[in-house]
Amino acid sequence: MSQPTIKEVLFNPVFANNPIGLQILGICSALAVTSNLKTALVMSIALTLVTGFSNLFISMIRSQIPSSIRMIVQMVIIASLVIVVDQVLKAYAYSLSKQLSVFVGLIITNCIVMGRAEAFAMQNPPLLSFFDGIGNGLGYSAMLIVLGVIRELFGAGKLFGYTIIPVINDGGWYLPNGLLLLPPSAFFLIGLIIWALRSWKKEQVEKPSFTMAPQVSNKEAF
Amino acid sequence: MSNQKESTARTLTVALLVCLVCSVFVAGAAVALRPTQEANRQLDKQRSILSIAGLGEAGMSARQVRDLYAQRITARVVDLETGTFTDELDPTSFDPLAAAKDPQLSKALPGQQDIASIKRRERYTTVYLVESEGELQTLVLPVRGYGLWSTLYGFIAVEGDLNTVAGFGFYQHGETPGLGGEVDNPKWKSLWLGKSLFDENGNLAVQIVKGNVDAQSPKAMHQVDGLAGATLTSNGVNNLLHFWLGENGFGSFIAKLRAGEA
Repeated sequence: MSQPTIKEVLFNPVFANNPIGLQILGICSALAVTSNLKTALVMSIALTLVTGFSNLFISMIRSQIPSSIRMIVQMVIIASLVIVVDQVLKAYAYSLSKQLSVFVGLIITNCIVMGRAEAFAMQNPPLLSFFDGIGNGLGYSAMLIVLGVIRELFGAGKLFGYTIIPVINDGGWYLPNGLLLLPPSAFFLIGLIIWALRSWKKEQVEKPSFTMAPQVSNKEAF
Repeated sequence: MSNQKESTARTLTVALLVCLVCSVFVAGAAVALRPTQEANRQLDKQRSILSIAGLGEAGMSARQVRDLYAQRITARVVDLETGTFTDELDPTSFDPLAAAKDPQLSKALPGQQDIASIKRRERYTTVYLVESEGELQTLVLPVRGYGLWSTLYGFIAVEGDLNTVAGFGFYQHGETPGLGGEVDNPKWKSLWLGKSLFDENGNLAVQIVKGNVDAQSPKAMHQVDGLAGATLTSNGVNNLLHFWLGENGFGSFIAKLRAGEA
Protein backbone atom coordinates (compact mmCIF):
# COMPACT_ATOMS: atom_id res chain seq x y z
CA MET A 1 0.00 0.00 0.00
CA SER A 2 1.43 3.32 -1.02
CA GLN A 3 1.67 6.17 1.47
CA PRO A 4 -1.60 8.16 1.43
CA THR A 5 -1.39 11.93 1.01
CA ILE A 6 -2.59 14.47 3.54
CA LYS A 7 -5.38 15.53 1.22
CA GLU A 8 -6.55 11.97 0.90
CA VAL A 9 -6.61 11.25 4.61
CA LEU A 10 -8.31 14.56 5.27
CA PHE A 11 -11.18 14.37 2.79
CA ASN A 12 -11.72 10.70 2.07
CA PRO A 13 -13.50 10.04 5.36
CA VAL A 14 -16.11 12.71 4.64
CA PHE A 15 -17.91 10.87 1.86
CA ALA A 16 -15.92 7.96 0.53
CA ASN A 17 -15.08 6.35 3.85
CA ASN A 18 -17.40 8.02 6.33
CA PRO A 19 -16.87 6.63 9.83
CA ILE A 20 -20.59 6.53 10.53
CA GLY A 21 -21.82 5.88 7.00
CA LEU A 22 -19.43 3.15 5.93
CA GLN A 23 -17.64 1.92 9.01
CA ILE A 24 -20.79 2.22 11.19
CA LEU A 25 -18.77 3.53 14.15
CA GLY A 26 -19.76 6.11 16.75
CA ILE A 27 -23.49 5.56 16.37
CA CYS A 28 -24.27 5.90 20.07
CA SER A 29 -23.24 9.53 20.39
CA ALA A 30 -24.71 10.29 16.97
CA LEU A 31 -28.10 9.28 18.36
CA ALA A 32 -27.71 11.09 21.62
CA VAL A 33 -26.42 14.56 20.83
CA THR A 34 -28.11 15.40 17.54
CA SER A 35 -31.51 16.48 18.84
CA ASN A 36 -30.32 20.02 18.30
CA LEU A 37 -27.72 21.53 16.07
CA LYS A 38 -25.75 23.35 18.73
CA THR A 39 -24.87 20.29 20.76
CA ALA A 40 -24.18 18.35 17.56
CA LEU A 41 -21.74 21.04 16.47
CA VAL A 42 -19.90 21.21 19.79
CA MET A 43 -19.72 17.44 19.98
CA SER A 44 -18.31 17.38 16.44
CA ILE A 45 -15.61 19.88 17.30
CA ALA A 46 -14.74 18.03 20.49
CA LEU A 47 -14.50 14.67 18.78
CA THR A 48 -12.53 16.03 15.83
CA LEU A 49 -9.96 17.59 18.14
CA VAL A 50 -9.69 14.51 20.31
CA THR A 51 -9.28 12.19 17.33
CA GLY A 52 -6.71 14.45 15.73
CA PHE A 53 -4.57 14.93 18.80
CA SER A 54 -4.84 11.38 20.06
CA ASN A 55 -3.66 10.20 16.65
CA LEU A 56 -0.82 12.71 16.76
CA PHE A 57 0.44 11.72 20.21
CA ILE A 58 0.00 8.01 19.68
CA SER A 59 1.82 8.18 16.38
CA MET A 60 4.66 10.12 18.01
CA ILE A 61 5.34 7.35 20.48
CA ARG A 62 4.17 4.46 18.32
CA SER A 63 7.60 2.88 18.01
CA GLN A 64 8.01 2.98 21.78
CA ILE A 65 4.71 1.33 22.72
CA PRO A 66 5.13 -2.37 23.53
CA SER A 67 2.40 -4.20 21.66
CA SER A 68 1.24 -6.03 24.77
CA ILE A 69 -0.03 -2.81 26.35
CA ARG A 70 -0.70 -0.72 23.24
CA MET A 71 -4.49 -0.59 23.77
CA ILE A 72 -4.28 0.66 27.31
CA VAL A 73 -1.64 3.23 26.37
CA GLN A 74 -3.96 4.47 23.63
CA MET A 75 -6.82 4.61 26.12
CA VAL A 76 -4.78 6.62 28.62
CA ILE A 77 -3.89 9.20 26.00
CA ILE A 78 -7.44 9.41 24.66
CA ALA A 79 -8.95 9.63 28.13
CA SER A 80 -6.59 12.44 29.13
CA LEU A 81 -7.51 14.44 26.06
CA VAL A 82 -11.21 13.91 26.65
CA ILE A 83 -10.96 15.07 30.25
CA VAL A 84 -9.15 18.19 29.14
CA VAL A 85 -11.82 18.90 26.50
CA ASP A 86 -14.53 18.36 29.11
CA GLN A 87 -12.82 20.74 31.54
CA VAL A 88 -12.39 23.39 28.85
CA LEU A 89 -16.07 23.13 27.91
CA LYS A 90 -17.07 23.47 31.55
CA ALA A 91 -14.96 26.57 31.85
CA TYR A 92 -15.84 28.34 28.61
CA ALA A 93 -19.18 26.93 27.43
CA TYR A 94 -20.91 26.07 30.66
CA SER A 95 -24.49 25.83 29.45
CA LEU A 96 -23.50 23.67 26.48
CA SER A 97 -21.43 21.38 28.62
CA LYS A 98 -24.50 20.94 30.81
CA GLN A 99 -26.50 19.79 27.81
CA LEU A 100 -23.80 17.48 26.50
CA SER A 101 -23.26 16.17 30.02
CA VAL A 102 -22.11 12.60 29.89
CA PHE A 103 -21.52 12.41 26.15
CA VAL A 104 -18.31 14.38 26.16
CA GLY A 105 -16.93 11.89 28.65
CA LEU A 106 -18.12 9.09 26.45
CA ILE A 107 -15.88 10.24 23.60
CA ILE A 108 -13.37 8.00 25.35
CA THR A 109 -15.33 4.97 24.33
CA ASN A 110 -16.20 6.30 20.88
CA CYS A 111 -15.07 3.62 18.45
CA ILE A 112 -13.86 6.17 15.93
CA VAL A 113 -11.09 7.50 18.17
CA MET A 114 -9.89 4.09 19.22
CA GLY A 115 -10.32 2.68 15.71
CA ARG A 116 -8.19 5.37 14.08
CA ALA A 117 -5.52 5.09 16.74
CA GLU A 118 -5.22 1.37 16.25
CA ALA A 119 -5.73 1.22 12.49
CA PHE A 120 -3.85 4.31 11.36
CA ALA A 121 -1.75 6.07 13.96
CA MET A 122 0.13 2.93 14.97
CA GLN A 123 1.50 2.59 11.42
CA ASN A 124 1.86 6.12 10.11
CA PRO A 125 3.97 9.19 10.85
CA PRO A 126 2.60 11.84 13.23
CA LEU A 127 1.57 14.59 10.82
CA LEU A 128 -0.29 12.24 8.53
CA SER A 129 -1.95 10.59 11.51
CA PHE A 130 -3.02 13.97 12.84
CA PHE A 131 -4.74 14.81 9.57
CA ASP A 132 -6.27 11.36 9.41
CA GLY A 133 -7.79 11.98 12.83
CA ILE A 134 -9.07 15.41 11.81
CA GLY A 135 -10.44 13.91 8.57
CA ASN A 136 -12.35 11.20 10.37
CA GLY A 137 -13.59 13.76 12.84
CA LEU A 138 -14.87 15.79 9.89
CA GLY A 139 -16.62 12.73 8.51
CA TYR A 140 -18.32 12.23 11.85
CA SER A 141 -19.10 15.94 12.05
CA ALA A 142 -20.67 15.98 8.58
CA MET A 143 -23.03 13.21 9.61
CA LEU A 144 -23.84 14.79 12.98
CA ILE A 145 -24.57 18.15 11.44
CA VAL A 146 -26.88 16.66 8.82
CA LEU A 147 -28.71 14.77 11.55
CA GLY A 148 -28.80 17.82 13.81
CA VAL A 149 -30.26 20.03 11.06
CA ILE A 150 -32.97 17.53 10.15
CA ARG A 151 -33.89 16.71 13.73
CA GLU A 152 -33.95 20.22 15.09
CA LEU A 153 -35.64 21.75 12.05
CA PHE A 154 -38.45 19.22 11.73
CA GLY A 155 -38.61 18.21 15.38
CA ALA A 156 -38.69 21.65 16.93
CA GLY A 157 -38.94 24.05 13.98
CA LYS A 158 -35.70 25.71 14.98
CA LEU A 159 -32.03 25.91 14.05
CA PHE A 160 -29.47 26.86 16.71
CA GLY A 161 -32.47 27.64 18.89
CA TYR A 162 -33.81 30.29 16.50
CA THR A 163 -37.28 29.68 15.16
CA ILE A 164 -37.29 28.86 11.45
CA ILE A 165 -40.72 27.25 11.13
CA PRO A 166 -43.20 28.60 13.70
CA VAL A 167 -44.72 25.63 15.51
CA ILE A 168 -48.31 25.32 16.67
CA ASN A 169 -47.38 25.47 20.36
CA ASP A 170 -46.03 28.97 19.83
CA GLY A 171 -48.92 30.03 17.65
CA GLY A 172 -47.49 29.00 14.25
CA TRP A 173 -48.74 26.48 11.70
CA TYR A 174 -46.22 23.63 11.89
CA LEU A 175 -46.98 20.55 13.96
CA PRO A 176 -43.51 19.30 14.88
CA ASN A 177 -42.67 15.65 14.66
CA GLY A 178 -41.88 14.71 18.26
CA LEU A 179 -40.31 11.42 17.23
CA LEU A 180 -37.45 13.33 15.63
CA LEU A 181 -36.41 14.60 19.03
CA LEU A 182 -36.09 11.09 20.41
CA PRO A 183 -32.92 9.07 19.84
CA PRO A 184 -34.51 6.30 17.72
CA SER A 185 -35.27 8.79 14.95
CA ALA A 186 -31.53 9.21 14.40
CA PHE A 187 -31.37 5.48 13.72
CA PHE A 188 -33.89 5.79 10.90
CA LEU A 189 -32.16 8.88 9.54
CA ILE A 190 -28.72 7.26 9.61
CA GLY A 191 -30.19 4.25 7.81
CA LEU A 192 -31.68 6.47 5.12
CA ILE A 193 -28.44 8.42 4.74
CA ILE A 194 -26.43 5.22 4.37
CA TRP A 195 -28.89 4.05 1.75
CA ALA A 196 -28.53 7.33 -0.14
CA LEU A 197 -24.71 7.24 0.16
CA ARG A 198 -24.50 3.72 -1.16
CA SER A 199 -26.86 4.42 -4.02
CA TRP A 200 -24.61 7.30 -5.00
CA LYS A 201 -21.28 5.54 -4.43
CA LYS A 202 -21.96 1.96 -5.45
CA GLU A 203 -18.52 0.75 -4.38
CA GLN A 204 -19.53 1.21 -0.74
CA VAL A 205 -22.06 -1.61 -0.96
CA GLU A 206 -20.64 -4.52 0.97
CA LYS A 207 -20.60 -7.96 -0.51
CA PRO A 208 -22.73 -10.28 1.57
CA SER A 209 -20.37 -12.18 3.83
CA PHE A 210 -22.38 -15.35 3.44
CA THR A 211 -25.21 -16.56 1.24
CA MET A 212 -28.31 -17.99 2.73
CA ALA A 213 -28.68 -21.66 2.04
CA PRO A 214 -31.81 -22.42 0.05
CA GLN A 215 -34.42 -24.31 1.96
CA VAL A 216 -34.52 -27.76 0.48
CA SER A 217 -37.24 -29.45 2.41
CA ASN A 218 -39.69 -28.54 5.10
CA LYS A 219 -38.37 -31.34 7.29
CA GLU A 220 -35.29 -29.24 7.96
CA ALA A 221 -37.29 -27.00 10.16
CA PHE A 222 -37.97 -29.77 12.59
CA MET B 1 15.10 -4.98 18.82
CA SER B 2 11.54 -6.24 19.02
CA ASN B 3 12.50 -8.44 21.94
CA GLN B 4 13.96 -5.53 23.78
CA LYS B 5 10.82 -3.48 23.14
CA GLU B 6 8.60 -6.21 24.56
CA SER B 7 10.62 -6.81 27.71
CA THR B 8 8.86 -6.46 31.07
CA ALA B 9 11.07 -3.63 32.26
CA ARG B 10 10.47 -1.72 29.08
CA THR B 11 6.72 -2.28 29.22
CA LEU B 12 6.57 -1.00 32.78
CA THR B 13 8.69 2.03 31.98
CA VAL B 14 6.53 3.02 29.04
CA ALA B 15 3.33 2.51 31.03
CA LEU B 16 4.66 4.58 33.91
CA LEU B 17 5.91 7.39 31.73
CA VAL B 18 2.69 7.63 29.75
CA CYS B 19 0.63 7.71 32.96
CA LEU B 20 2.90 10.32 34.49
CA VAL B 21 2.81 12.65 31.52
CA CYS B 22 -0.94 12.26 31.10
CA SER B 23 -1.72 12.82 34.76
CA VAL B 24 0.36 15.98 34.86
CA PHE B 25 -1.47 17.17 31.76
CA VAL B 26 -4.93 16.41 33.14
CA ALA B 27 -4.21 17.74 36.61
CA GLY B 28 -2.72 20.91 35.14
CA ALA B 29 -5.81 21.53 33.02
CA ALA B 30 -8.17 20.84 35.91
CA VAL B 31 -6.37 23.13 38.31
CA ALA B 32 -5.90 25.91 35.78
CA LEU B 33 -9.56 25.90 34.77
CA ARG B 34 -11.18 25.40 38.17
CA PRO B 35 -11.69 29.09 39.06
CA THR B 36 -13.42 29.76 35.74
CA GLN B 37 -15.65 26.73 36.15
CA GLU B 38 -16.61 27.65 39.69
CA ALA B 39 -17.41 31.18 38.58
CA ASN B 40 -19.56 29.77 35.78
CA ARG B 41 -21.50 27.58 38.14
CA GLN B 42 -22.15 30.48 40.50
CA LEU B 43 -23.12 32.74 37.66
CA ASP B 44 -25.48 30.18 36.22
CA LYS B 45 -27.26 29.83 39.53
CA GLN B 46 -27.44 33.59 40.08
CA ARG B 47 -28.78 34.04 36.59
CA SER B 48 -31.59 31.56 37.17
CA ILE B 49 -32.45 33.02 40.57
CA LEU B 50 -32.70 36.48 39.03
CA SER B 51 -34.76 35.33 36.10
CA ILE B 52 -37.17 33.38 38.30
CA ALA B 53 -37.54 36.32 40.65
CA GLY B 54 -38.47 38.32 37.57
CA LEU B 55 -35.46 40.62 37.75
CA GLY B 56 -33.30 41.62 34.83
CA GLU B 57 -33.70 40.28 31.33
CA ALA B 58 -32.35 37.40 29.27
CA GLY B 59 -28.93 37.87 27.72
CA MET B 60 -27.46 39.95 30.51
CA SER B 61 -23.69 39.95 30.62
CA ALA B 62 -21.85 38.22 33.45
CA ARG B 63 -21.06 41.53 35.11
CA GLN B 64 -24.66 42.74 34.94
CA VAL B 65 -25.85 39.49 36.50
CA ARG B 66 -23.37 39.77 39.35
CA ASP B 67 -24.16 43.42 40.04
CA LEU B 68 -27.90 42.95 39.96
CA TYR B 69 -27.64 39.87 42.16
CA ALA B 70 -25.51 41.67 44.71
CA GLN B 71 -27.90 44.61 44.73
CA ARG B 72 -31.23 42.89 44.98
CA ILE B 73 -30.90 39.35 46.33
CA THR B 74 -30.32 38.42 49.98
CA ALA B 75 -29.53 34.80 50.64
CA ARG B 76 -30.59 33.41 54.04
CA VAL B 77 -30.29 29.95 55.52
CA VAL B 78 -33.51 28.39 56.78
CA ASP B 79 -33.87 25.57 59.29
CA LEU B 80 -36.56 23.38 57.75
CA GLU B 81 -37.25 21.56 61.02
CA THR B 82 -38.20 24.66 62.98
CA GLY B 83 -39.17 26.76 60.00
CA THR B 84 -37.07 29.73 61.05
CA PHE B 85 -34.10 31.61 59.69
CA THR B 86 -30.79 30.67 61.17
CA ASP B 87 -27.51 32.55 61.21
CA GLU B 88 -25.42 29.56 62.20
CA LEU B 89 -24.50 28.84 58.63
CA ASP B 90 -23.08 31.21 56.10
CA PRO B 91 -25.40 31.31 53.07
CA THR B 92 -22.57 32.14 50.67
CA SER B 93 -20.61 29.01 51.45
CA PHE B 94 -23.32 26.59 52.64
CA ASP B 95 -24.30 24.04 49.99
CA PRO B 96 -27.75 22.51 50.61
CA LEU B 97 -27.32 19.85 47.93
CA ALA B 98 -24.10 18.62 49.51
CA ALA B 99 -25.81 18.75 52.91
CA ALA B 100 -28.60 16.52 51.61
CA LYS B 101 -26.02 13.75 51.19
CA ASP B 102 -24.54 14.25 54.65
CA PRO B 103 -26.29 12.11 57.30
CA GLN B 104 -25.47 14.75 59.95
CA LEU B 105 -27.25 17.50 58.08
CA SER B 106 -30.14 15.66 56.51
CA LYS B 107 -32.77 13.06 57.18
CA ALA B 108 -33.91 10.09 55.14
CA LEU B 109 -37.47 10.33 53.94
CA PRO B 110 -39.73 7.31 54.38
CA GLY B 111 -41.51 6.16 51.22
CA GLN B 112 -44.91 7.77 51.65
CA GLN B 113 -43.46 11.14 52.64
CA ASP B 114 -41.00 11.13 49.78
CA ILE B 115 -43.42 12.10 47.04
CA ALA B 116 -40.72 13.99 45.15
CA SER B 117 -38.43 10.91 45.21
CA ILE B 118 -35.43 12.74 46.57
CA LYS B 119 -34.61 10.11 49.25
CA ARG B 120 -32.96 12.53 51.68
CA ARG B 121 -33.87 16.06 52.67
CA GLU B 122 -31.35 18.50 54.08
CA ARG B 123 -32.09 20.09 57.42
CA TYR B 124 -30.92 23.54 56.37
CA THR B 125 -31.39 25.13 53.02
CA THR B 126 -30.78 28.48 51.42
CA VAL B 127 -33.61 30.73 50.33
CA TYR B 128 -33.34 34.00 48.45
CA LEU B 129 -35.17 37.16 49.35
CA VAL B 130 -35.84 40.22 47.28
CA GLU B 131 -36.60 43.09 49.59
CA SER B 132 -37.48 46.64 48.95
CA GLU B 133 -37.40 49.12 51.82
CA GLY B 134 -37.43 46.32 54.38
CA GLU B 135 -40.56 44.79 52.89
CA LEU B 136 -40.38 41.29 51.42
CA GLN B 137 -41.14 41.53 47.73
CA THR B 138 -40.29 38.12 46.41
CA LEU B 139 -39.21 34.91 48.10
CA VAL B 140 -37.28 32.39 45.99
CA LEU B 141 -37.32 28.81 47.24
CA PRO B 142 -35.17 26.00 45.86
CA VAL B 143 -37.12 22.89 44.82
CA ARG B 144 -36.11 19.58 43.36
CA GLY B 145 -37.66 16.25 42.54
CA TYR B 146 -37.72 13.35 40.17
CA GLY B 147 -39.44 13.66 36.80
CA LEU B 148 -39.29 10.89 34.24
CA TRP B 149 -35.56 10.39 33.72
CA SER B 150 -33.85 12.77 36.03
CA THR B 151 -34.02 14.97 39.08
CA LEU B 152 -35.20 18.43 38.19
CA TYR B 153 -33.55 21.27 40.10
CA GLY B 154 -35.24 24.61 40.13
CA PHE B 155 -36.65 27.55 42.00
CA ILE B 156 -40.11 28.82 42.69
CA ALA B 157 -40.62 32.49 43.44
CA VAL B 158 -43.60 33.72 45.41
CA GLU B 159 -44.69 37.28 45.94
CA GLY B 160 -44.74 39.05 49.29
CA ASP B 161 -48.17 37.57 50.14
CA LEU B 162 -46.43 34.14 50.14
CA ASN B 163 -49.17 32.81 47.92
CA THR B 164 -48.93 34.25 44.43
CA VAL B 165 -46.40 32.65 42.10
CA ALA B 166 -43.94 35.18 40.74
CA GLY B 167 -41.85 32.73 38.74
CA PHE B 168 -41.03 29.08 38.38
CA GLY B 169 -38.35 27.29 36.47
CA PHE B 170 -35.61 24.68 36.47
CA TYR B 171 -31.91 25.24 36.02
CA GLN B 172 -30.93 21.64 35.66
CA HIS B 173 -32.77 18.55 34.44
CA GLY B 174 -32.41 15.71 31.97
CA GLU B 175 -35.94 15.31 30.67
CA THR B 176 -36.62 14.43 27.03
CA PRO B 177 -35.99 17.46 24.83
CA GLY B 178 -39.22 18.57 23.17
CA LEU B 179 -41.47 16.61 25.55
CA GLY B 180 -40.58 16.78 29.25
CA GLY B 181 -37.85 19.25 28.34
CA GLU B 182 -40.62 21.73 27.60
CA VAL B 183 -40.54 22.60 31.32
CA ASP B 184 -38.03 25.14 30.01
CA ASN B 185 -40.51 26.52 27.50
CA PRO B 186 -41.00 30.21 28.34
CA LYS B 187 -44.62 29.96 27.36
CA TRP B 188 -45.30 27.19 29.84
CA LYS B 189 -43.34 28.92 32.55
CA SER B 190 -45.40 32.05 32.01
CA LEU B 191 -48.57 30.06 32.76
CA TRP B 192 -47.45 29.88 36.37
CA LEU B 193 -47.33 33.61 36.92
CA GLY B 194 -50.09 34.87 39.16
CA LYS B 195 -51.32 31.42 40.20
CA SER B 196 -52.15 30.97 43.88
CA LEU B 197 -50.41 28.21 45.77
CA PHE B 198 -52.84 27.98 48.69
CA ASP B 199 -56.63 28.15 48.86
CA GLU B 200 -58.52 30.41 51.22
CA ASN B 201 -58.27 27.83 54.04
CA GLY B 202 -54.52 27.82 53.70
CA ASN B 203 -54.34 24.37 52.16
CA LEU B 204 -51.90 23.67 49.38
CA ALA B 205 -53.98 23.76 46.23
CA VAL B 206 -51.62 24.34 43.33
CA GLN B 207 -51.94 21.57 40.78
CA ILE B 208 -50.93 20.58 37.28
CA VAL B 209 -53.90 19.24 35.36
CA LYS B 210 -53.99 17.11 32.26
CA GLY B 211 -55.00 19.05 29.18
CA ASN B 212 -56.20 22.60 29.48
CA VAL B 213 -57.35 24.41 32.57
CA ASP B 214 -61.04 25.29 32.48
CA ALA B 215 -60.91 29.04 32.98
CA GLN B 216 -64.47 29.07 34.40
CA SER B 217 -63.66 26.66 37.19
CA PRO B 218 -63.16 28.17 40.66
CA LYS B 219 -59.95 26.16 40.91
CA ALA B 220 -58.45 27.73 37.78
CA MET B 221 -56.39 30.13 39.91
CA HIS B 222 -54.52 27.14 41.33
CA GLN B 223 -54.21 25.07 38.18
CA VAL B 224 -51.67 24.94 35.38
CA ASP B 225 -51.86 23.01 32.10
CA GLY B 226 -49.87 19.81 31.99
CA LEU B 227 -47.22 19.38 29.33
CA ALA B 228 -48.48 17.55 26.26
CA GLY B 229 -46.73 14.24 25.79
CA ALA B 230 -44.98 14.48 29.15
CA THR B 231 -47.40 13.14 31.73
CA LEU B 232 -44.69 11.72 33.97
CA THR B 233 -42.62 14.89 33.94
CA SER B 234 -45.78 16.89 34.71
CA ASN B 235 -46.58 14.52 37.59
CA GLY B 236 -43.03 14.87 38.83
CA VAL B 237 -43.24 18.66 38.81
CA ASN B 238 -46.59 18.50 40.58
CA ASN B 239 -45.17 16.15 43.22
CA LEU B 240 -42.06 18.15 43.86
CA LEU B 241 -44.11 21.30 44.38
CA HIS B 242 -46.37 19.47 46.79
CA PHE B 243 -43.38 18.11 48.64
CA TRP B 244 -41.46 21.35 48.95
CA LEU B 245 -44.48 23.52 49.72
CA GLY B 246 -45.88 20.91 52.09
CA GLU B 247 -45.13 20.12 55.71
CA ASN B 248 -41.91 18.25 54.96
CA GLY B 249 -40.60 21.10 52.85
CA PHE B 250 -41.10 24.80 53.41
CA GLY B 251 -44.57 24.42 54.94
CA SER B 252 -43.66 25.45 58.46
CA PHE B 253 -41.25 28.13 57.24
CA ILE B 254 -43.96 29.72 55.11
CA ALA B 255 -46.43 29.56 57.99
CA LYS B 256 -43.96 31.17 60.42
CA LEU B 257 -42.96 33.79 57.87
CA ARG B 258 -46.59 34.68 57.32
CA ALA B 259 -47.12 34.98 61.07
CA GLY B 260 -43.98 37.10 61.25
CA GLU B 261 -42.20 34.61 63.51
CA ALA B 262 -39.47 33.43 61.20
